[in-house]
Amino acid sequence: MTIELREKPLTAKDFKGKVDPDWCPGCGDFALLRATQMSVAELGLSPHEIVCVSGIGCSSNFPGYFNSYGMHTLHGRALAVATGVKMANQTLTVLVTGGDGDGYGIGGNHFTHTARRNVDLTYLVMNNQIYGLTTGQVSPSSSVGMKTKSTPFGNIERPVNPITSAIMNGATYVGRGFSGNIKQLVRLIKGAIEHPGFAVIDVFSPCVTFNRDNTYDFFRQRIVPLEDEGHDPSDWRSACERAMEWDDRIYTGLFYQDQAVQSLHALEPILDGGAPPVSHVPEAITQEQRDRIVRRMM
Amino acid sequence: MSQGFDFSIAIGGAAGQGIATPGNILARMFVRRGLHLNAYNAYQSIIRGGHILLTMRVREQEALSHGDHIHLLLCLNQDTMTRHLRHLGPGAYAVYNADNITPGEHRDGVHLCGMPVTELTGDAKNKLAQNTAALGVIAHVLGLDFEVLESALTLQFQRKGEAVVSSNVAVARAGYEYSSANFTPLANPLPENPDPLAVWTGNDALAMGGAAAGVKFYCAYPMSPSTGVLHWMAKNARELGIMVRQVEDEIGVANMAVGAAHTGARTMCATSGGGFALMTEAIGSAAMMEIPVVFINVMRAGPSTGVPTKTEQGDLWQALGASQGDFERIVVAPQDAHDAFGTIAEVFNLVDRYQCPAIVLSDLLISEGTFSVPPDDIDMSPVIERGKLIRESNGDAGPYNRYVDTADGVSPRAVPGVPGHVHVVATDEHDEEGILISDEFTNPIKRRQMVEKRARKLDDYLTRVAAPKVEGDEDPEVTLVGWGSTAGVIAEAMEQLRADGVKVNRLAVKWILPFHAEAVTEALSGARKTLIIENNHSGQFHRYLRSETGITADGHIRKYDGEPFMPHHIADGVRAHLAGNVADGVFVPDQEILV
Repeated sequence: MTIELREKPLTAKDFKGKVDPDWCPGCGDFALLRATQMSVAELGLSPHEIVCVSGIGCSSNFPGYFNSYGMHTLHGRALAVATGVKMANQTLTVLVTGGDGDGYGIGGNHFTHTARRNVDLTYLVMNNQIYGLTTGQVSPSSSVGMKTKSTPFGNIERPVNPITSAIMNGATYVGRGFSGNIKQLVRLIKGAIEHPGFAVIDVFSPCVTFNRDNTYDFFRQRIVPLEDEGHDPSDWRSACERAMEWDDRIYTGLFYQDQAVQSLHALEPILDGGAPPVSHVPEAITQEQRDRIVRRMM
Repeated sequence: MSQGFDFSIAIGGAAGQGIATPGNILARMFVRRGLHLNAYNAYQSIIRGGHILLTMRVREQEALSHGDHIHLLLCLNQDTMTRHLRHLGPGAYAVYNADNITPGEHRDGVHLCGMPVTELTGDAKNKLAQNTAALGVIAHVLGLDFEVLESALTLQFQRKGEAVVSSNVAVARAGYEYSSANFTPLANPLPENPDPLAVWTGNDALAMGGAAAGVKFYCAYPMSPSTGVLHWMAKNARELGIMVRQVEDEIGVANMAVGAAHTGARTMCATSGGGFALMTEAIGSAAMMEIPVVFINVMRAGPSTGVPTKTEQGDLWQALGASQGDFERIVVAPQDAHDAFGTIAEVFNLVDRYQCPAIVLSDLLISEGTFSVPPDDIDMSPVIERGKLIRESNGDAGPYNRYVDTADGVSPRAVPGVPGHVHVVATDEHDEEGILISDEFTNPIKRRQMVEKRARKLDDYLTRVAAPKVEGDEDPEVTLVGWGSTAGVIAEAMEQLRADGVKVNRLAVKWILPFHAEAVTEALSGARKTLIIENNHSGQFHRYLRSETGITADGHIRKYDGEPFMPHHIADGVRAHLAGNVADGVFVPDQEILV
């Protein structure tokens, strides 16, 4: 493709990948894909400037459907891989896409530490509260009582709260979206990409095949956009209180943002003063550097 | 002296008694005099207590192992004296604080050098005074002028200020003078070679090999005995522009390394077997996505947590089989610190050429050993060949297929950010464009094509790495085969066997996978008796050799008690095999020095 040579601005269509999604008709992931394509186009990004990193799962097929550099990595490992990409070449815009099992289950350890490090990534979690690709087992974000193939008598474990977890672990941009509201998703994603730190957007992305509990209707009846509530995203206590609500009111929108904390690459001493990315600096060390090292060994 | 100077000093005590400092001071003194050093620290996984024995062998010629003998034992506690005095032969020295350590039974001719430390230092409270006083005694026994020690102490302590330097020098002088008045120095004093040497550990060498090869991203999780690589990298990172990250676990390490390597940065990580187990899935992902990464496994005694501070060559099959699936990888086992240094640069050129992962098998013996090295041998400007790497816009606006099926199987590798080369890499099987053929439409024809493309990349690999050669006597009675870190100790065992009139040669294998099967078969075809020497119980290399060549050895010498081979362990094993005294074909030497 030769799109980067075009002069007219890119549109969402230019970010369509080589193949069409293999998601089930009606899957919530379509909306997030569309919203992401619209967001990067509106921000004026080109496909070669973006790397989209995913793990494994239905939603982790995302990079194949999105026109940018992509890495479809191992189950649960997208954040670790993406950290390597971003730190080795900080000039790239790095998106990370995946599901709730990938991010909050098998990849949970990386979620904690990526947040703590405030790596400048945009992490889009398509949360369907179920394991879909393995045909319907309980996930770390499934509700108590949910009946699945692995919990035929109802789930007895409490779900993770992605919003409070992200805030408590140190993420500096934390939002929640819903596949039924593309406009809000675009706002959230654009803000996340522009945010200089670890941005997490948990997106309710209903699984129309395996999750009969958390359907579009379930969310439509409960969702309240934070924008309508006068919520102040710099107030983490208020953000956490609202994130704890679930039964009658489920908030979406930007819960929390802290722009004062520097991202990991901004703090990295060897990238001081606008140094070029380590991916592109000459490999060889100098004779002077070698001599200094050897002198210390004498 | 026909044999040349060859002297081993052992310093024993509990963790926390300050063994490292006198060890460092002596090491620097020796290498500055141009003497070769091979030091092995037998230690425990404890911060305070236990028993540590640092053996420093200093030699006029190159020291390929830590040797067989202790010629001077410095006892920092009674336990050391109790354990090791009986190993000292006639003419050896035991240096100790006579205020609180009592020698026991010993052989005739052992010099018992008790120091009245409190009397010498006038300070009963300073527990480190005995260490410094002992350095004075050792300097005297070795026939050194006190000024040599004085300047070494000054260098060691100058950062702590003039007061620390002068108090240490005073205590050392008291020890030196007491020794002059009471103890007999060596008949042949410590010699001096004209050219000073440098000193490094194997982990330093691995890290420096990486730095020289242009590693710009290093990540790790601390794990003994690999942590020294992380420490070297962290210390030198800013000066060399290397990004160093400590990660939450080795799964994160390996995946972060894959991500960094994909951007074009030369990337390395090191761990030990347990961490390597966590890395393995990512190693397969590097193979599938065709991303060059160097993974170092510094082997320690296993399985599981095993014996964290002890050595073993137990992870060969773990490396051979690391990660699910059937894929190409490079496995190499360097033979010593200097070899490890050069191997890293070589391996980086190979992984860049073949766009695949490599596994470097070091072990505790190499990695945590301290060795002399001629400074001029430290060439940190190796040839750097990045292979078919596209890092800058080349005006080519496509079409670009990341996995295009080329004659040599290697496809031009564009990194993210280059216009006109946008593509997706995937751990799922994919076609030439990078499009998945794993889920919606699996495709046996393309699957076969891609498997064969990746496999074909290494077709010419064996032309690029040196085949092992037999070295030693013509028409040998016995051929000793080893791999990795045993090369040096086998060479020294051969010297002992030759002194007995045994004709012997050796085959030291370094490049493990792909394997030089033809060259090895040829090398061993005329052997009258082949013995395989390895630091494990089950004979992992023997099984591998048999699988690759069909060769079955005539006998084995194996050690799996956590301690490394000493030359006599191997020489004794060879003699036993030649005498037909090895009942089940496997000779297992006894570890005499219990640490």
